[in-house]
Formats: sequence, structure tokens, C-alpha cells
Amino acid sequence: MSIDTARAAHVARGLRDTRNDRLFRRVLAATVVCVLLALSGAVLSMLWGGRDALASQSLDFFLTADWNPVEDRYGALAPIAGTLVTATIAMLLAVPVSFGIAFFLTEVAPRWLRGPFGTAIELLAAIPSIIYGMWGLFVLVPVMTEHVTPWLNDHLGGIPGIGMLFRGPPLGIGLLTAGLVLAVMVVPFISSVMREVFLAVPALLKESAYALGATRWEVVRDVVLPYTRHAVIGGIFLGLGRALGETMAVAFVVGNSVRLTPSLLEPGTTIAALIANDFGEATETYRSALLLLGFVLFVVTFVVLAIARLLLLRLSRREGTA
Amino acid sequence: MSAASTPSMHMAGGTDRLYARRRITNAVATSFAVATALAGLFFLGWILWTLVSRAVAGLDWQLFTGMTPPPMQEGGLLNAFFGSAVMCALAIAIGTPLGMAAGTWLSEYGHARKAAMVVRFVNDILLSAPSIVLGLFVYSLVVMGSGGRFSALAGAIALAFIVLPVVVRTTDEMLRLVPVQMREAALSLGVPQWKVTVQVLYRSAAGGIVTGILLALARISGETAPLLFTAFGNQYWNANLLEPMASVPVVIYQYAGSPYESWQQLAWAGAFVLTSFVLLCSLAARAIFLRKRISQ
Repeated sequence: MSIDTARAAHVARGLRDTRNDRLFRRVLAATVVCVLLALSGAVLSMLWGGRDALASQSLDFFLTADWNPVEDRYGALAPIAGTLVTATIAMLLAVPVSFGIAFFLTEVAPRWLRGPFGTAIELLAAIPSIIYGMWGLFVLVPVMTEHVTPWLNDHLGGIPGIGMLFRGPPLGIGLLTAGLVLAVMVVPFISSVMREVFLAVPALLKESAYALGATRWEVVRDVVLPYTRHAVIGGIFLGLGRALGETMAVAFVVGNSVRLTPSLLEPGTTIAALIANDFGEATETYRSALLLLGFVLFVVTFVVLAIARLLLLRLSRREGTA
Repeated sequence: MSAASTPSMHMAGGTDRLYARRRITNAVATSFAVATALAGLFFLGWILWTLVSRAVAGLDWQLFTGMTPPPMQEGGLLNAFFGSAVMCALAIAIGTPLGMAAGTWLSEYGHARKAAMVVRFVNDILLSAPSIVLGLFVYSLVVMGSGGRFSALAGAIALAFIVLPVVVRTTDEMLRLVPVQMREAALSLGVPQWKVTVQVLYRSAAGGIVTGILLALARISGETAPLLFTAFGNQYWNANLLEPMASVPVVIYQYAGSPYESWQQLAWAGAFVLTSFVLLCSLAARAIFLRKRISQ
């Protein structure tokens, strides 16, 4: 009798547990699906919001630089070019510096220094982007106006060809300044990814090279870099994704002028900065054009970040098999 | 004799030159590394020094008691601090449970399945997606959906989109660090899986998950771009979640770009408080994480 009730209770409990387990699993899976749905819904609603602009401008949206909201003409070449130019400047400066910092943190610095120094670099990454913007506007812009711009005008402005990149008024704000601030911002990101992947190189490989008499530089060039090549490029793309989409730091110093200019010293704009500045006041087709630009920015950064992740995955896969 | 010694001397000279060249290359490369590291430190110092030296004149009690003033008048940032606190808390409250649930699914049910790989991939991309795009997402979903009304709730949802991938990732990684034996031991005692997850795995991964939440908090409290077209901003005190609400980063953005000195002073003071908070959060997250790693 008591055995039967005990068994019945046991069975009931087993059933309840199974039911709860199934419920738990379904709730978790449903959350994942919800998040994915919300994300794709948001992306599509941006495209939907941009349909007016796309319908009225068609391909001219991407191919002309005639941006005139008053007359309802939207050629987005200037902000698209501005985004690419500032990101390129940032990457040209940031990649070698980040590599140097990662090299320093993994091979050159004495062991006791590596921890604190790494923390300091990561703090630089934690500072909100608006602070970089303010620093750029109040500190870097005067330096550019007084020293850098006149120097570039005098020394590089006269060179035929590339000279036109460096001719311009000493305003301080412009594409070059924006690129510089972006470089300062992405260095901590790229260097901490590089440091992580450099640390993933098996000590055995590096020690073998040192035992053969290789110098630190040779170990990094011939052992560490070949081993981590894909991941290093992945880290660079991660930084690029950041530089393409950065808003606040750029909005402060880029000048916010929607005009295509060959000079890096003249004010320009980027997609993100243009949206940040104008979206609040924009109406109808203008708003639609900005949503479309936002969609373009999302697609571009998505592709860049996807490449970054794929390249980074390759290293972790190798780690798994080694 | 001389004929025999010439080639060996020549070779010795060659290796000497080779050694010298390798040593010089190495010296150049290491000095470059030291120089870049010092440059990084220099910029960190420069930015922090700018922040402290410009903020110090504006740091007083009024900053925390006064409302955002009209131009050329005295005031503080109380409504902005309040708005930031409310929206960040709400974003954490929305993002954490969703993120933990999704992260748990990835680690405990998805494992290495194709679907889980795809979700992890999308999550990693969302992790570094431009925050202004997330603001536009929420604008087109929430603000346009409610007839173009900016609200604190929309701002919090935009911030929750930033919290979410951070929490998903840390939960996933921390749960996968818990030894399989723990799961097996609990399951072999007849504990149902949901109880194993909630009472055994979460407890053991708690430190790591808290680290993730702190890092997310550090990130969203400084975010400006996603709030511009969602919470918008408000010059006055507002505690209604369905109305536009002020936030520290947005006020800093408006005031720093203004021509009024009193507004710029407030912007610097706000920037100082904001950065201190963000850096403290990041340091606390690191401290918790390090302690956990040592205790394991």
C-alpha cells in the first residue's frame, strides 16, 4: 500500500520534472528566436523606412554627391566617401601602433609590467566615445589649427598629385582630424585583440625559436605572425567595423558639411555623423534618406564584422585541434 | 696559409655583419614597440588630464542638485543623472534575463549544433555593431510604431540591444567553463535539468555573469548615439517612462557643442563624473573576474 503510493508519487514527480524540463528548454529556445526576430525585424524596418528615398533617387543615391534636402535631392556619395576616408586614415595609423603595443605587451615588456599596462590600454578602450569627441574638439582641434595644418600645407601641399589632399584652410576640423581621433579610439581595440591572439601561440614554438638564437623581433615575425595571421587580420577588421560606425567622436570634429572634397583638411561628414546631426530635425523623404543611409552603414559593418569573426574563428579552431 | 685564411676571415666578417644587422633590426623593432606603448599611455594620460583639469571648476554640489539650466544660468545635471540611471537600470532589467536565457540555451542545449553556431556568430556581430544603427532600429520599431513619440522606454530598449549580446556571450562562455562533472553529478542524483541549470550552474558561473553585466553597464552608461532619437532629451525633470527623458551623454553632447561657457563647463563636469563611473565599473568587473579565476 505505502509502497504503491510512494511509487505513484515517484512516477508523478518524474512526469512533472520531464514537463518542466521541456518547458524550460522551450522558453530558452523561444528567447533566442525572439531576439533573432527582433533583430531582423529592425533591419527590415529600416529598409522599409528608407523605401521612399530609394524609390525617388534609385541608384543616384549611391552615385551622386548632390545632397540637397531643401530640393529633395539626395546623393549620398559625400557621406559614404567621408566614412571610407576617415576609416582609412584611422586604420593606416592605428594598425602599426596596435601591433607595436601588442608586441610590447607580449614579448618586450618585463613580466611585472604586462598586467598593469594591459589594464591601462583596456581602460583607454572603456572611455565613452563622447569623451574622445570632446577631447578632439577642445584639445586636438587647436593643435591641428596652429601646428599640423600649416605644416602640412607648407610641406606636403606643394607635391603634385597627393598635394591636393593636404591643401586647405587651417580650420582644425575636418576629415583628417576625425581620422586621428578614430585612430586613438580603435588602437586599444585592435591591440587587445592582437595581444590575445599572440598569447594563443604555443610557448613551445616560441621557445624553440629563442633556443635557436632568434631575436625577439624574429620570433614575432617568423613564428607569432605566421601562426596568428588570420586572427590578426580579423582583429584589424574588428577595428575597421568600429571606425566605420563610430558616431559621437566623429560628429564633434568632422565639420559636418555634406560636400565632396579632395582635401583631407576641409570639413566633411560621415554616414554616422550625418545621421546623428540631422535625424532629429529631418522629416519625410529626408528622414527616409537617412534611414536608408543607416541601412547601408549596417550592411557594410555587418560584412566587415562577419569577415573579422570568420578570420578569428580560424585561429580558435586551430587551437582546438592542436 | 694566406690563401686558406681569406675565405674563413671573409665568412667571419659576413656572420659578424649578419649578427649586427639582426641585432640592429631587433633594436629598431623593440624600440618601435616601446615607443607605441608609451604613445598609448601618453594619450590615456592626456585625455584623463584634459578631463580632470577642465572639469575641476564645475564640480560642486549644485551639479547633483540642480536641473539642466537655460544658457548663461547656474544649474546642475540632476535630471540627466536621474534619466541615465533609470534608462540604464531598465536596459539591464530587460537585457539581462533575455541574454541569460539565450546564453543558457547556447551553452546547455545548442552546444556545437549548426543553429548555435549561427546564433553565436550573429551575436558576436551584434556585439560590435555601430550603436547609432541600434538607435535607428529602435526608432523604426518603437518610436515610429507609437506615432513618432520619443520616450525613455524607447531609449532603454535601445540600450538593452547593447546589453543583450554582452550578457549572451558571457553567460555562454561562463557556463561552458563549468566542469561537465558538476552537471553529471547533479543529474545522476536525479535532479531535473532545469534545476541543475538554475541551482548548480548559475551559482558556479555567477561571478562571470556579474562581470558581464558590469561591463555592459559600463558600456551603456556612456552611449550617446542610440539615445538621440529614442529618449531624445528633456530640459526638465521627468519621471514618466513614456515621455522624452534627459540623459548625461546626450546633455554633454548638446552642451559641449554649444557656444555658452556655462554649458561647456557643465558638459566637462558631467563628462568627468560619467568617465569616473565607467572606469570604476570596468575595474570592478576585472577585479571580480580575476578573483574568480584565482579561486578556481
